[in-house]
Amino acid sequence: MTKWLSDHMPKMVLAPSFIAILVFVYGFIGWTAWVSLTKSRLLPKYDIEGIIQYKRLFASPRWDTAMDNLFLFGALFIVIAMLLGLGLAILLDQNIRTEGFIRTVYLYPMALSMIVTGTAWKWILNPGLGIEATVQGWGFENFKFDWLINPDMAIYTVLIAAVWQSSGFVMALFLAGLRSVDTEIIRAAQVDGIPTWRVYTAIIIPSMAPIFLSAFIVLAHLAIKSFDLVIALTGGGPGYATDLPATYMYTMAFSRGDIGQAASSAMVMMMVVFAIVVPYLYSELRAKDD
Amino acid sequence: MTDFAANPALDRPRVNYGKLALRIGLYLMLAFFVLAYLMPLFVMVTTSLKSLDEIRTGDLMALPREVTFDAWRTAWSSACTGVQCEGVRPYFWNSVQLAIPAVAISTLLGAMNGYVLAQWRFKGSNMLFALMLFGCFIPFQVVLLPMARTLGILGIAGTIPGLIFVHVIYGLGFTTLFFRNYYVTIPAELTKAAKVDGAGFFRIFWSIFLPLSLPIIVVAVIWQFTQIWNDFLFGVSFSQAGTQPVTVALNNIVNSTTGVKEYNVDMAAAIIAALPTLLVYVVAGKYFIRGLTAGSVKG
Repeated sequence: MTKWLSDHMPKMVLAPSFIAILVFVYGFIGWTAWVSLTKSRLLPKYDIEGIIQYKRLFASPRWDTAMDNLFLFGALFIVIAMLLGLGLAILLDQNIRTEGFIRTVYLYPMALSMIVTGTAWKWILNPGLGIEATVQGWGFENFKFDWLINPDMAIYTVLIAAVWQSSGFVMALFLAGLRSVDTEIIRAAQVDGIPTWRVYTAIIIPSMAPIFLSAFIVLAHLAIKSFDLVIALTGGGPGYATDLPATYMYTMAFSRGDIGQAASSAMVMMMVVFAIVVPYLYSELRAKDD
Repeated sequence: MTDFAANPALDRPRVNYGKLALRIGLYLMLAFFVLAYLMPLFVMVTTSLKSLDEIRTGDLMALPREVTFDAWRTAWSSACTGVQCEGVRPYFWNSVQLAIPAVAISTLLGAMNGYVLAQWRFKGSNMLFALMLFGCFIPFQVVLLPMARTLGILGIAGTIPGLIFVHVIYGLGFTTLFFRNYYVTIPAELTKAAKVDGAGFFRIFWSIFLPLSLPIIVVAVIWQFTQIWNDFLFGVSFSQAGTQPVTVALNNIVNSTTGVKEYNVDMAAAIIAALPTLLVYVVAGKYFIRGLTAGSVKG
């Protein structure tokens, strides 16, 4: 008996966590998938009716806005955060004396809750009192910066806050990547008289391809999950101009009482995440096995 | 490090001027971004120290003419989150009560799981690890509805233990990943030798692995603490008046529509909500970054 116990101890230790993941991740995904195929409204129903919820979802102008916002916001967020992060990392890589301090400053927003970030930017972007009022106070009476309350521009305020929060992290990733490039190759290139910018574009940056991929995955994941920031900064408004799939799902689930729509929108979100993450994880785990 | 030095067309002193100008430009650019990144924090702090009158008439970027801590007092103990007007204090305390056990439990479980997955591999253990890893990536929206029902069935809906439960479950993937990747680097011979000496599964863990684990424990704790403290989605979905974490209370204060908008109180409340994680970042920045990169590069 004790022999059996000690032989199986590792599996028994792992079992509770594994069962928990099985039930609360995979089981719950199954539950949501199931409910997304039913006519559930305020309460879940379990009679499968086909893809009516998905049809309703894709016919909804609000969901349309949410998806458009996701792709616009996501694409710009990823590109700008990467460029800014890479730029800052290269600047910091030039033997800067106060590097530690500067790095700390660039990265601290990442320690903050998105709710805090949203609150801060909501105040700064407030047209009546924030940047607009300040610049007008400097004598530029006609200066206008009302993006926060402008339905066409509000999504870009989310972008500003999101880039402010995450670009320092991308910088940290790239800086670590720059430092791991073989210094021998760089020195050799410098001895040959190749200008620094060429060393970066031809040698250093191409060798950091895996870091670009990691940064992309993380940023894409952050963009799709962005929920708190929108809630705190714009509340999804004006109207539903800054809705994202995450806020759409939440509204349907907890304020509209439309469980079917909540479930189907959550499933679409998950498919978008998986389309990005699964190939990445697959290649990561395979590479480890070799 | 700079490029133009290699240009033979320029004579020596001018080369140095060019270099110097480039250096100055470099520092100016870095300084510009330092100011840009610090600006929101600066605005938050200065606004929280101003009176409402001064905010209305003054300038966003100006230092307070008269420093007052009234907004901080209000934010801490009397600001209204909807109908209740007790400030963020009770919610701050909720977050503490929630974060400490959730961090401790998920870290301990992650350590045990990581130990098994790295040192006691069995057939299929890599597959289990992969399945657990995928769990880190799901958008949590996909589990909100069934979790709300499950918490109700378990009788812990709207309670702090309910939230602890949720955070432990969805933190497991990450903590397991941290410890697994750390323990993989410890030679398997160590475990084998200990087994030969008669040490059992737990004995090896407590006496050999745990003492070696301090750096990774710090990383896992910081990662979990920032995740849980900063969480909003679970907090807003699974809590009710009285059990909400500080992020939810902050959002309620800022977005409450009743009465005069007190921007200074909003900012003070935001800083209070941010202080614990900022403190962790300042004190243990190195580990913070390590957690951030480990958690995102691989998981």
